[in-house]
Amino acid sequence: MSEAVEQGAPAPVKVETPLERFVSDFADNKIAVVAFVVLVAIIFIAVFAPWISPTDPYDLAKVSILDGKLEPGSTSMDGVTFWLGTDSAGRDVLSAIFYGLRISLGVGVMSGIIALCIGSSIGLIAAYYGGKVDTLIMRIVDIQLSFPAILVALILISVLGKGVDKVIIALVLVQWAYYARTVRGSALVERNKEYIEAATCLALGNNRIVFRHLMPNCLPPLIVVGTVQTAHAISLEATLSFLGVGLPITEPSLGLLIANGFEVMLSGLYWVSFYPGIALLITIVSINLVGDQLRDVLNPRLQK
Amino acid sequence: MSEPMLEIRDLTKNFVKKLDLAGRIAQKLGSSIREEVVHAVDGVTIRIEKGGVVGLVGESGCGKSTLGRMIAGILRPTSGTITYKGVELTEMNPEEAKRAALEIQMIFQDPFASLNPRMRVVDIIGEAPVAHGFCKASEIHEYVSEVMQRVGLDPEYRRRYPHQFSGGQRQRIGIARALAVKPEFLVCDEAIAALDVSIQAQVINLFMDLREDLDLTYLFISHDLSVVEHISDRVVIMYLGRVVEVAETDDLFREPNHPYTHALLNEVPRVDQRGLDYHPIEGEIPSPLDPPPGCHFHPRCPHAMDRCKQERPELREIAPKRWSACHLNDGA
Amino acid sequence: MSGDVPTLDVRNLKTHFFTKAGVARAVDGVSFSVGKGEVVGLVGESGSGKSVTGFSIIGLVDPPGRVVSGEVLFNGQNLIGLSPEKMRKLRGNRIAMIFQDPMMTLNPVLRVDTQMVETIRAHDSSISKRDALARARDALGQVGIPAPDERLRSYPHQFSGGMRQRVAIAIALLNKPDLIIADEPTTALDVTIQGQILYEAQKLCRETGTSMIWITHDLAVVAGLADKICVMYGGRIVEQGAIDDVLDHPVHPYTRGLLGSVPGHNTRGQRLYQIPGMAPSLLNLPEGCAFQARCPKADEACKQEPEITEPVKGREVRCFHPHLDQDEEIGA
Repeated sequence: MSEAVEQGAPAPVKVETPLERFVSDFADNKIAVVAFVVLVAIIFIAVFAPWISPTDPYDLAKVSILDGKLEPGSTSMDGVTFWLGTDSAGRDVLSAIFYGLRISLGVGVMSGIIALCIGSSIGLIAAYYGGKVDTLIMRIVDIQLSFPAILVALILISVLGKGVDKVIIALVLVQWAYYARTVRGSALVERNKEYIEAATCLALGNNRIVFRHLMPNCLPPLIVVGTVQTAHAISLEATLSFLGVGLPITEPSLGLLIANGFEVMLSGLYWVSFYPGIALLITIVSINLVGDQLRDVLNPRLQK
Repeated sequence: MSEPMLEIRDLTKNFVKKLDLAGRIAQKLGSSIREEVVHAVDGVTIRIEKGGVVGLVGESGCGKSTLGRMIAGILRPTSGTITYKGVELTEMNPEEAKRAALEIQMIFQDPFASLNPRMRVVDIIGEAPVAHGFCKASEIHEYVSEVMQRVGLDPEYRRRYPHQFSGGQRQRIGIARALAVKPEFLVCDEAIAALDVSIQAQVINLFMDLREDLDLTYLFISHDLSVVEHISDRVVIMYLGRVVEVAETDDLFREPNHPYTHALLNEVPRVDQRGLDYHPIEGEIPSPLDPPPGCHFHPRCPHAMDRCKQERPELREIAPKRWSACHLNDGA
Repeated sequence: MSGDVPTLDVRNLKTHFFTKAGVARAVDGVSFSVGKGEVVGLVGESGSGKSVTGFSIIGLVDPPGRVVSGEVLFNGQNLIGLSPEKMRKLRGNRIAMIFQDPMMTLNPVLRVDTQMVETIRAHDSSISKRDALARARDALGQVGIPAPDERLRSYPHQFSGGMRQRVAIAIALLNKPDLIIADEPTTALDVTIQGQILYEAQKLCRETGTSMIWITHDLAVVAGLADKICVMYGGRIVEQGAIDDVLDHPVHPYTRGLLGSVPGHNTRGQRLYQIPGMAPSLLNLPEGCAFQARCPKADEACKQEPEITEPVKGREVRCFHPHLDQDEEIGA
């Protein structure tokens, strides 16, 4: 019988799960923590908009044109304060922002998730099979990525037509390539590592190796790409809506709000465009900051 | 003589870097670009008896790791045969092949990269036994605990992740993973090279204990001659894809035959040799992409003759249980 | 050794790393000296602090680490606290360093001659380019690189690993330093190439009288090369003395354990002595002697930090229970 167990505790690293370590690493950057808190607040607003919004700006019964074009801070005839003013139709800008966030975030996240699933699968397939399959897929990815996203989106919308689902499809088609390339890169690196060789040596089946061993180790960069891409999708959707080819008026996203306010901007009613713009800015910046910190935190672990 | 447990004959592995589309077009247009072929392993024949420890020694580019991976089933040979327990691997039916694959296991060099960082130790060790029916999924903890104790790890820590262990402990986890599928033949590919000296001693002792307790056979691949001398019964020396000398350990270290073996033994620093006057051998190790013709070693060999530049020396038995591939032996 | 000022005199050096997880006392009271033309081996396993000692001497410790106390007297002048300007004049000029990875010295985008001329002219702007090139050529010849003119015009990626290391050594030699600090320069190289580097290093010290500190974990390399050896553990030197004395009659339990765990000729087939347990983390050194958890002779007294004593003439040890009876079994 081999030597009695005398190893003692494993390396004197604190006994923490990877999650705990991740959280403490993330919290190193105070700015990122603030961004994260802001992001959580934004998500909260977006999810609970119908309940926490001061008014329902799309309830035609409540909205009155007599309340229109009021400055931020003014009150309506019913005594409701319009913290950020109203637009020309009498809709409360703050509430419109709440609902707008809901749409923007919803569309952005949804398209992001779908693009992630499709892109990752394609990337894994390319890395695993290699050879001609890999070459073919990656050439398509390269071609796709060489076009400006907004151009592709515009072309797709003009082909597909208007509507929420069409916009989501367009956004997915614009984004999948980033995910595919990222996952393929990770998978190629991981595929040559010794633990994959060990799995082969242990006669484990191919499916098991790809899904149980390869894929989980390709996830970290995906998380980072996911956050940044979501921000990108949101800004892309806002651009499309601003240009008038995005979401229909019945589902006003922040982009549409900004577009609406443009007409009255020069006559001094700056708040109709300005505040939705600020909201969009804060959303995208906080997502990017969180994504940056995620990348820094997850990277050194990948090197181990 | 009894049948060897593992016998490889004329085993060859070439890595070909094929030309991509652009390259092939360039070639058609007259460019001298060529496919690059690395003759990683070039016609190797070795026999390993049951219960023995064969040390495989060589420097970078000699092909020892590639050879180990072919035996362990990770790489497929370009040509040549591997015969395990009397049956050639390619002639086995799927069931026999799987059993052979499980009986030949590999211990890897890098204790960091050889464990899946996202799996708990209990799963790393227990996944294969459960998948292949060595134990039921509900019994995985007992099964894994037993294997962990055998390699000197405390089963208390089986729910931890690899990064929470030291290099030596991770190497033990790797050994436990191999032992969990009840192997009979272990290929150790530089299994202790990445460990500290004091930890190396622990793992070397572990290997020797396991050999006795479990009646294992080893192919011990290493560049460290001292370790090989300590643990092996027989030693195989490789250079640039070919075997240059095979002998029992005592014979080899006492009286090396091949000039490369001489050089290797001369240059290995030893703790008991002080204030050495180094007389190193000249020249660089050639690239396996472009090995010298004839005997690969001739550019660096102090005794090279014309014949050595043209003719590849055969590996011949020059004395009982001693083989060497050198034209100098032909004179005798 | 003559009675004049030693080339390097390290006195009670302490370098600590102030990390989020605590203070890592990487170098915790290290004292040794290097005479003119002397080779000192600084030996230890990972986590012993040997590399950080080398970096501290040459002033390359990056935050969160810094030298907290002690003196490093180079030809009588204290390097600790020297202005960065003055330190830069010494570095690469009077003190040079060779790293384990030669690509830490070599810039991959510059030709070798550019880099070497740059190094020369950085410390002596009066020298002409032609003379500088001549000196570079000589330096390459000194390290045994054939056809130096051609090599001068090449880029680092066109060299093999062993060649690159030799170029790195040549660069270290360019300004004829008084002291070279070599941090594991041959660890990543093949045995035959390592032999060549060791040969060059030995020739160098003999011919030019350059002092050298050779940092390594490999006792065998130090055995052949060094005049004096310092064994490090847990950030401190636990034993130091003349090479033959220490290796043949080790006094500190760690040194004895280490020597007992080295496999080789005399240990064939036997169990190696294994030092139980693992090296402590530098973040978490125990009170008193760093080795007590693994020492067969530890007792209550060891909870105090052992001072440097001289139980045998010429030998400095940090231990309350040095092995003075050499016939005592290791591990007793």
